[in-house]
Amino acid sequence: MTRETFANALLALLLLAVPIAASYMGEPFYVTLATRIAVLALAAVGLNIALGLGGLVSFGHAAFFGLGGYAAGVLATHAFNAEPLLFGIASTTSMPVIWLVAIVVCGLVALPIGAVSLRTAGVYFIMITLAFAQMIYYFAVSWPAYGGEDGLSIYVRNTFPGLNTAQPLPFFLICYVLLLLGLLLFRFLRDSRFGAALQAARQNATRLAAVGIPPFKIRLVAFAISAMVTGLAGALFADLNRFASPSMLSWHMSGELIVLIVLGGIGRQFGPVAGAMLFVLLEYVLGGITERWQFFLGLILLGVVLFARGGLIGLLAGRARHG
Amino acid sequence: MADPVLEIRDLRKSFGALKATDGVSLTLLPGEIHALIGPNGAGKSTLIHQISGALKPDGGTIRFLGQDIGGLGMAARARLGLARSFQTSSLAQEFSALRNVMLAVQAKQGSSLRFFRPVMRDKSLTEPAMAMLERVGLAARAQVPAAELSHGERRQLEIAIALALGPKAFLLDEPMAGMGPEGSKSLTRFLDDLRREAPILLVEHDMDAVFALADRISVLVYGRIIATGKVDEIRNDPEVRRAYLGDAA
Repeated sequence: MTRETFANALLALLLLAVPIAASYMGEPFYVTLATRIAVLALAAVGLNIALGLGGLVSFGHAAFFGLGGYAAGVLATHAFNAEPLLFGIASTTSMPVIWLVAIVVCGLVALPIGAVSLRTAGVYFIMITLAFAQMIYYFAVSWPAYGGEDGLSIYVRNTFPGLNTAQPLPFFLICYVLLLLGLLLFRFLRDSRFGAALQAARQNATRLAAVGIPPFKIRLVAFAISAMVTGLAGALFADLNRFASPSMLSWHMSGELIVLIVLGGIGRQFGPVAGAMLFVLLEYVLGGITERWQFFLGLILLGVVLFARGGLIGLLAGRARHG
Repeated sequence: MADPVLEIRDLRKSFGALKATDGVSLTLLPGEIHALIGPNGAGKSTLIHQISGALKPDGGTIRFLGQDIGGLGMAARARLGLARSFQTSSLAQEFSALRNVMLAVQAKQGSSLRFFRPVMRDKSLTEPAMAMLERVGLAARAQVPAAELSHGERRQLEIAIALALGPKAFLLDEPMAGMGPEGSKSLTRFLDDLRREAPILLVEHDMDAVFALADRISVLVYGRIIATGKVDEIRNDPEVRRAYLGDAA
């Protein structure tokens, strides 16, 4: 067992054990905190596919996080009010269906956004993804049918067959299992032929084209997969808060996801998990002491960027290895 | 005479007022090494870039295996069988030598949209890649990241990647650059055999290598080909001597 496998297993166990223990000790708040970690980590796992493996610094992933959230919110609202969706299709509160809708919508939106954005690189790519996300944000804010600026409440958490999702622990377990699946997907992608091409596109796109693999196509597929994972996390986030908020779509959220990855370790499988743990704990611990906790988050981020480029995972497990 | 593998006709490319490629025509025949020589700044690399698809020419045609490839991108040309090496090594720096070659093997096998099987456990990738590294004498360094290879080793790796593509023609941009006399000699022997696999368009400054290897030589000066011919014809061409070779030849 390598040091990295060990560190990953430790993080995974920790994230599972704490909420279970808290639940038995009658402290549901900590279960919710752990759920928040799992959901944010999953969103960042999605971004890590584009940013970590592909070197695509998307500053617009809030678009997909928010779209996933609104998928959950809109479907739940229609189901709650017994209003059919388009073409008279009945809505649903079933989570698996909602997840599927969130994933498909995000994939379909990511393809045109990616197709335009990926014509550019560097700062222009960052700015154009930001612009697309802000367009969607302002669209959501100005559309009164689904809450506009006030967002969209989910009065009863959506359902999952065989589980009581209103209870904190079962809902946590759902999020945790999806996080593990997301991490597994990340690993498969990273080690596959697709991942080899994607990582080569980050290191040297000319080299990739010179062997006959078009970098644009590889990046576009990666961008779409990345958006779908982040969208799934968005649906869970809305259900966690029972609220789909326009703030999920705003650029703060995009920035937060990047911060999670930088804190945890760019391109590392468990980087987003480590990053989300640190972020949520800081938010909770420092946030209890001072309203200005983000000042200290900034200091820590500065420390990581200057002195620990590999992030938390880099500290725990050493440098990344490429077979 | 056999049909040319690569046929360039009246190729033109300007950067502002500078005519980097000024009506260049040349052919690459099956089984030959066609050397392209010329002083620094003559437009040799610019020409290679246009043939490989990295640069778009302003005019003229490029036919490869009878097909006009002018409208194709770099990746599409590589898939047709046009393999190039770079003047300055262009590698995936974090990947090991083996993984760099595996990328070429993977590209040759077709789709890269395969998401599940781990490449390092895929013998259909690792074994051919290892065989290519053995051919260029780099097998012992297979696991070393490209960034940590020596200059000469990177040149060898470039060749191994081009070989792994199993191409129909090689475009080699100064493969000997900075290799040292021993390295140049062994690479010369290697390229001598390589022409049997596919013809080579060779840009090279090392005149010993060029005269030893080339079936034909074209001399490029200020974006124009001033002479094309067999080694002896070029050596004795007065215009070439004046423009380029000087008294050394």
